[in-house]
Amino acid sequence: MTLFNHSAKELQALVHSKEVSLVDLTNEAFGRVEKLDGEVEAFLALNKEKALETATELEKVPFEERGPLFGLPIGVKDNIVTEGLETTCASKILQGFNPIYDATVVKKLREAGMITIGKLNMDEFAMGSSNENSAYKTTKNPWSLDRVPGGSSGASAAAVAAGEVPFSLGSDTGGSIRQPASYCGVVGMKPTYGRVSRFGLVAFASSLDQIGPITRNVEDNALLLEAISGVDAHDSTSADVEVPNFAAALTGDIKGLRIAVPKEYLGEGVSEAVRGSIMDALKVLEAKGATWEEVSLPHSKYALATYYILSSSEASSNLSRFDGIRYGFRAENVENLLDLYKETRAQGFGDEVKRRIMLGTYSLSAGTYDAYYKKAQQVRTLIKQDFDKVLADYDVIVGPTAPTPAFKIGENVEDPLTMYANDILTIPINLAGLPAISIPCGFEDGMPLGLQIIGNYFDESTIYRVAHVYEQSTDFHKQTPQIWEGK
Amino acid sequence: MAELTKEEVKHVAHLARLAITEEEAEKFALQLGAITEFAEQLKELDTTNVEPTTHVLPLVNVLREDVATKGLDRDTMMLNVKEQEAGQVKVPSIMD
Repeated sequence: MTLFNHSAKELQALVHSKEVSLVDLTNEAFGRVEKLDGEVEAFLALNKEKALETATELEKVPFEERGPLFGLPIGVKDNIVTEGLETTCASKILQGFNPIYDATVVKKLREAGMITIGKLNMDEFAMGSSNENSAYKTTKNPWSLDRVPGGSSGASAAAVAAGEVPFSLGSDTGGSIRQPASYCGVVGMKPTYGRVSRFGLVAFASSLDQIGPITRNVEDNALLLEAISGVDAHDSTSADVEVPNFAAALTGDIKGLRIAVPKEYLGEGVSEAVRGSIMDALKVLEAKGATWEEVSLPHSKYALATYYILSSSEASSNLSRFDGIRYGFRAENVENLLDLYKETRAQGFGDEVKRRIMLGTYSLSAGTYDAYYKKAQQVRTLIKQDFDKVLADYDVIVGPTAPTPAFKIGENVEDPLTMYANDILTIPINLAGLPAISIPCGFEDGMPLGLQIIGNYFDESTIYRVAHVYEQSTDFHKQTPQIWEGK
Repeated sequence: MAELTKEEVKHVAHLARLAITEEEAEKFALQLGAITEFAEQLKELDTTNVEPTTHVLPLVNVLREDVATKGLDRDTMMLNVKEQEAGQVKVPSIMD
């Protein structure tokens, strides 16, 4: 049994009663990594020396000055820059890159007294749904090592599901927090666009990217989101709105809550078991006093194409900064500057990244701009309007996070379009900029399933309240993969 | 429209500053062709008079006080630069 079976609140109680020290907690994380990461392969870099140093320092802080996450270990997705700790975005092009500053979220973790254990694997530059696009390793799903953990924050979800760390940060551009959370049976929140600063998050698609927390339960998730939220002078797209005490929203009361269930989210491609788990979840919420009705988000089927055009266009621009000159990998034996750019990028990027850069460049080219890029931006408006209409009448929208449980490693690698379809239920939310959570809601063939709860802009509190009521009425979140106890 | 020729892929690769081999150009032409064909479905929708969304939040002109602040230290900024000389970034020849 690991200490990470406990919630943040329980861990703090153990620390306060002096049963466990902060150094013990840090050692527990590195011990779990040593024991399990050979199989799970979640971490790309470890921060052992500094983490233990920090834990020793933090022991001196008096209890009354500590917050709810003080001294607790966390893993950070490798597209979030950490000063002095190698950050690669799981790409060869950033091999050996040592950031010279911390991302705003990392600074906020430090202010909350959290201890960074290491950097977590991902699909290269967050482009992918399985972690198979990492240039370094393929992270495994702790529930079944021959299956993917999802992506792109696959290792962030896998590390929490395996109990290597109780907390992690991921990023979500089209489902990259929620889909892996669903596949790995943990809680993952994509906050409202602008809720969390993107300063120091290596940009993929700037109008869609958001950083968010992955945890084993809803309360811990609420605590971590509060710690990383807030307006930031370094990110002009961060929103100047009040950061509520999200944990205070966990009242257990959802009487009168109005739930919308989009018929498009339970249609073709969604497995029977997934559909069944959602219908069961609705019964649970109904029993707690909520009501639900079927609604339509008519433009849902266009979200995938819209997303791939817009995110790839933004990526083609954002990734132009990787030129081999100021940081990271640099090609050798080149004749001139143009060659240096082309060779560095050809050797440094993997195929999926190249595909998306080229798709984006093509969409933005003269002659295709209106038919692709501008058209997709207009369809984005229609998708957003679908949500606006539904959320005018309902408090939350509920559906599955992914159409199926985690698939087998290698199953979809040759076919980009089938791979993209895994994100069909998460992508529309990013296009609209809304917040949404995935929480465990069942199993199919021993693999976890996720319930997605979507809320209105900056209303993560309601999402957490509903998620918490559901969680407290079920025991899916208490189950752990076999690997949890070791072999 | 949806089909991409090998030549088009090579042109796009050049614009994106990616070196590309013949085999890669062929493979990417097929894959990108499939993706753009999939994207053609957006044409089903009438978007006359629909405003494009570039950004979901109603943010405009985020300004700060016009006060100079210290940036990052020069030596720190040079830490990740592979080739440098006298505190400057070195690149291969720009002109033939």
